[in-house]
Amino acid sequence: MTRRPLLLWQLIGLFGLVVLPWYAIEDGFWNFEWLFDGYPFDSDYAPLLFLFLEGEAPWLWPTAAFLAASTYALGRDKIDPAYATTLLLAGGGGFAYVMLQGFTIGIDGWEYQVLNDLFGPRERQYGMGYGALLIMGGLFFLFTQGLAARGAVNGDVFVVGSISLIVAVVAIFIFFPVFHILISAIQDNDRVYSLTAFTGKMFSAKIWGLHCLTSTRGCGVAWNSFVLAVAVGVGSTLLGLAFALIATRTGFRYKRGLRVLTVLPIITPPFVIGLALILLLGQSGVITGFLEWAFGIHPTRWIYGFPGVWLAQMLAFTPIAFLVLIGVVQGVSPSMEEAAQTLRANAWTTFTTVSLPLMRPGLANAFLLGFIESMADFGNPMVLGGNFDVLSTEIFFAIVGAQNDQGRAAVLALVLLGFTLAAFWLQRVWLGRKSYVTVTGKGDAGVHVALPRRLNWLVFGAALPWAAMTMVIYAMIMFGGFVKIWGRDHSLTLKHYIDAFGVSVGDHGLVWFGGAWNSFWTTITIAAVSAPLTAGLGLLAAYLLVRQRFTGKHVFEFGTMLSFAIPGTVIGVSYVLAFNVPPFELTGTGAILVISFIFRNMPVGVRAGMASMSQLDPALDEASLTLGANSWKTVQRVIMPLLRPAILAAMVYSFVRAMTAVSAVIFLVSAEYDMATSYILGRVENNDYGISIAYSSVLILVMLVAVGLFQLIIGERRIGRRTRDSEPAPTAILGA
Amino acid sequence: MSSDLGGQAATVRFENVTKAFGEVVAVDGVSFEIEAGNLVTLLGPSGCGKTTTLRMIAGLEMVTGGRILIGGRDVTLLPATDRDVSMVFQSYALFPHMTVIENVSYGFVVSGMRKEEARTRARQGLELVRLVGYDDRLPSELSGGQQQRVAVARALVLEPEVLLFDEPLSNLDAKLRRRVREEIREIQQALNLTTVYVTHDQEEALAVSDKIIVMRNAAIAQEGAPRDLYERPSNVFVADFIGDANLVDAEVRRVAGETATVSIGTVEIELPARGIAPGPVKVAIRPESVRLSDPGDGLAGQILKAAYLGDHLEYTVDTPVGELFVIDNSVGAPRPVGSSVSVAFGTRVALVPSDD
Ligand SMILES: Nc1ncnc2c1ncn2[C@@H]1O[C@H](COP(=O)(O)OP(=O)(O)OP(=O)(O)O)[C@@H](O)[C@H]1O
Ligand SMILES: [Mg+2]
Repeated sequence: MTRRPLLLWQLIGLFGLVVLPWYAIEDGFWNFEWLFDGYPFDSDYAPLLFLFLEGEAPWLWPTAAFLAASTYALGRDKIDPAYATTLLLAGGGGFAYVMLQGFTIGIDGWEYQVLNDLFGPRERQYGMGYGALLIMGGLFFLFTQGLAARGAVNGDVFVVGSISLIVAVVAIFIFFPVFHILISAIQDNDRVYSLTAFTGKMFSAKIWGLHCLTSTRGCGVAWNSFVLAVAVGVGSTLLGLAFALIATRTGFRYKRGLRVLTVLPIITPPFVIGLALILLLGQSGVITGFLEWAFGIHPTRWIYGFPGVWLAQMLAFTPIAFLVLIGVVQGVSPSMEEAAQTLRANAWTTFTTVSLPLMRPGLANAFLLGFIESMADFGNPMVLGGNFDVLSTEIFFAIVGAQNDQGRAAVLALVLLGFTLAAFWLQRVWLGRKSYVTVTGKGDAGVHVALPRRLNWLVFGAALPWAAMTMVIYAMIMFGGFVKIWGRDHSLTLKHYIDAFGVSVGDHGLVWFGGAWNSFWTTITIAAVSAPLTAGLGLLAAYLLVRQRFTGKHVFEFGTMLSFAIPGTVIGVSYVLAFNVPPFELTGTGAILVISFIFRNMPVGVRAGMASMSQLDPALDEASLTLGANSWKTVQRVIMPLLRPAILAAMVYSFVRAMTAVSAVIFLVSAEYDMATSYILGRVENNDYGISIAYSSVLILVMLVAVGLFQLIIGERRIGRRTRDSEPAPTAILGA
Repeated sequence: MSSDLGGQAATVRFENVTKAFGEVVAVDGVSFEIEAGNLVTLLGPSGCGKTTTLRMIAGLEMVTGGRILIGGRDVTLLPATDRDVSMVFQSYALFPHMTVIENVSYGFVVSGMRKEEARTRARQGLELVRLVGYDDRLPSELSGGQQQRVAVARALVLEPEVLLFDEPLSNLDAKLRRRVREEIREIQQALNLTTVYVTHDQEEALAVSDKIIVMRNAAIAQEGAPRDLYERPSNVFVADFIGDANLVDAEVRRVAGETATVSIGTVEIELPARGIAPGPVKVAIRPESVRLSDPGDGLAGQILKAAYLGDHLEYTVDTPVGELFVIDNSVGAPRPVGSSVSVAFGTRVALVPSDD
């Protein structure tokens, strides 16, 4: 039985060697035409074995030798040192060799001039495909079995394999691309390393200029982003606090309605708010029109620029601040406030001297989240920015626009990454473990002290208009799709929905003639494919972090959580830079979208998994182990069934996030794999507001249904009379 | 109690085993041997390393130094999955999503046994713990005592070489605790299982064990049969920890062969010498071994406190050698607080070698 994983991975490697094409198939991962197009002899489609038989690509042949060498371990005892050594050398060596050849022989032959001089010119090769993937997977897991046999993590094959797998994928899909940004930043446009080019770009006035202080010209994009992010952070924190106080400290009657607020940010693509703002306050917006009609105020484009972006981001991110703060505000134990009052403090003094200081960590947390979200936001500045440039949009135009200046994009991405990492780091250092404040199980009876009257007015005064505005915005989104031409012809129509989602019965069955179907189905497919993968990887990492002890665990945790602090735009650019060329040639495929979603959303899976796993008695795993199950069987039979709610939560969350994501996606879509959000943004740029808003409301509805279904399934799950299911809603994970 | 289940009991041997968690040394150079078919208790105050020792036998913790042998085989490097050891957890650790029968047959199922056979054997285990007819209940639908028995059944159906219990009774109420520990002992003896049992309740330990290993600060303080520990504690810690004891300063006057003459205050008694030379010494006097009588020629004392506990009386008596805790069975003739008494000592008094 202990022999099984060894043979399994050898067979997988063998399958990759003999049956599947080594190189990537040009027509896409899921395209199987190659099967009938010269396979297995055409060298574009040939498995490694056939390449060998035909005498092609000789530099790949050693790969097979490594795989063959691993069979030396078969039939040997695990305790035999030769077993471990064989696997370490064959697996590790083979894997390293494949990587090495991939990075040295690229699309133009030798990647490095030195090698060209040394060995003479070399044929080019393309990105690696299924065959290479399987062989590398096989070699990799043979290597990890060698590690396990050497006694790593108590010799547990599954655990060692999982840790290594996560380390490897995080390295390839997070560190490697980010590293690529660094490299690109210090290269000039001819890919020659140049520090002057770097400093020139890095310290250009376009990024850091301060002209706006002295003249009418705009400031550098870094300052724009920074000021905007601070303003949004402060604003959303204060508003979020107001809502949180209303929800916990007042007799407000519609508190449950406030809860709806918590769901909005996950089901709304961020730029949709910006879009609705245009419909309200733009030149032909409803309110603008009303003001002109009633007061003769001339319509202006004031909404395009800082005010509009700020407003849109405030609307989009206040719910997140609310989410963070409501936990914190509830967490301030009522008995503390009661204690203060018995010490003769009045309501105002109690609030300012006890409650508020206790909330300070939460306030800082909410601010930093708002800051990071604002920095990373791409959609709203895109839609509403006008001449107000921010880092995320600049990056996009640097790479997509006429400039096509990868170096500049990389430098800008570095600056953006610097800001968010610094914020993330500050948050960690400053708040440390204090981020969760909870009411303890016992002894905290008592009710929260009512707010002082002054504060009460302030809180309601700020929050209610805002809530009203949010409602108007969403009403707008739902309604806007039914209006013919916004601002000019307000007669009702289904035209936009038909344009987007029209279906008719043709000669050969249904004809999906609506313009949105392609991107809609792509989005659903990509989201559905990435959801289980994201959840799986995230929960696996959580399992390792919560249940296993191994050296380097902190680094491991940092690695899995890092992408949380990397703005989508940066991920997008880095993927373009890193995966445009062999050995990982992924741009333009659906796979790159899936991968970007997996790694963007994995931290949420990790968090969700860690939260629920630490509620599972570790004795359950241990019981299973002492009963003779290995750790893989334990995960399968004990942990997974018990974590079902967390798994579902992570899946729904990543599904929904994949549907609403914009910033990374915008770089990675292609004609074939267009996503809903990028399609909508495209229409917005053409001022096709009708179809954009119609499509957005359909997306929101689809996600509402997904979230609702999820609640339904979770709501019904029970293990027995004694378990309470109080799984954190997917949103709760967003906070902290 | 007839059953096809039978132990393949094995010995357990620790050779100089050490376990450190970073800076904390939880078990420090411990050696002992457990005979096949014996029930051995690990007893000691909180944090002394009992659980850690047990988990090292199970393979849930890996040793930092030393060797562990089970049935003569070196298992030091084997993880839990590969050891033939089962464990009953303090929290029972029943899988909440599986029924009783699924829980008990889990060990068979994961090792690839056919489902019907696994169930048949699981039923035998449930019969043994007298839980018939509960097959399809979920753990959450059982009482605490029933859950405990499922946990025991789940561990012993696998006929492990060693069966481990980590404070199995601590979640039960006092009455149930006594019954269940008797059942565990009965099954253990009937199946001839090598069993290691962790508890910090000394009464429980005395009641069920063939041998007790008393631990203190990550090391063994004393090991031996229950009677040995109670009557011949080898240090003050053990004397104090096992049962109640009055630890009193005394002096060995002379030693003749195996017998020492010891003076406690003004009273002289004869005790087994245990190799102790004349000079100052500590004696452990069990409370039931202190005799009270009307003032006379014993040690003069005065009642400070008295408590009535139904079947016996408890006194605190002030004497020239210190305050003594006394258990008196003559419930019919209580002595009032403040009255004078004469104190004498029975046989359950032991010389305790000094700790250093
Ligand atoms: N995983 C761990 N990491 C660090 N220290 C540990 C760990 N497990 C146990 N310890 C420490 O080792 C020492 C012994 O712990 P152990 O659990 O064996 O005590 P115990 O005798 O079972 O106590 P109790 O009666 O309270 O259960 C304690 O000081 C404990 O803090
Ligand atoms: Mg313990």
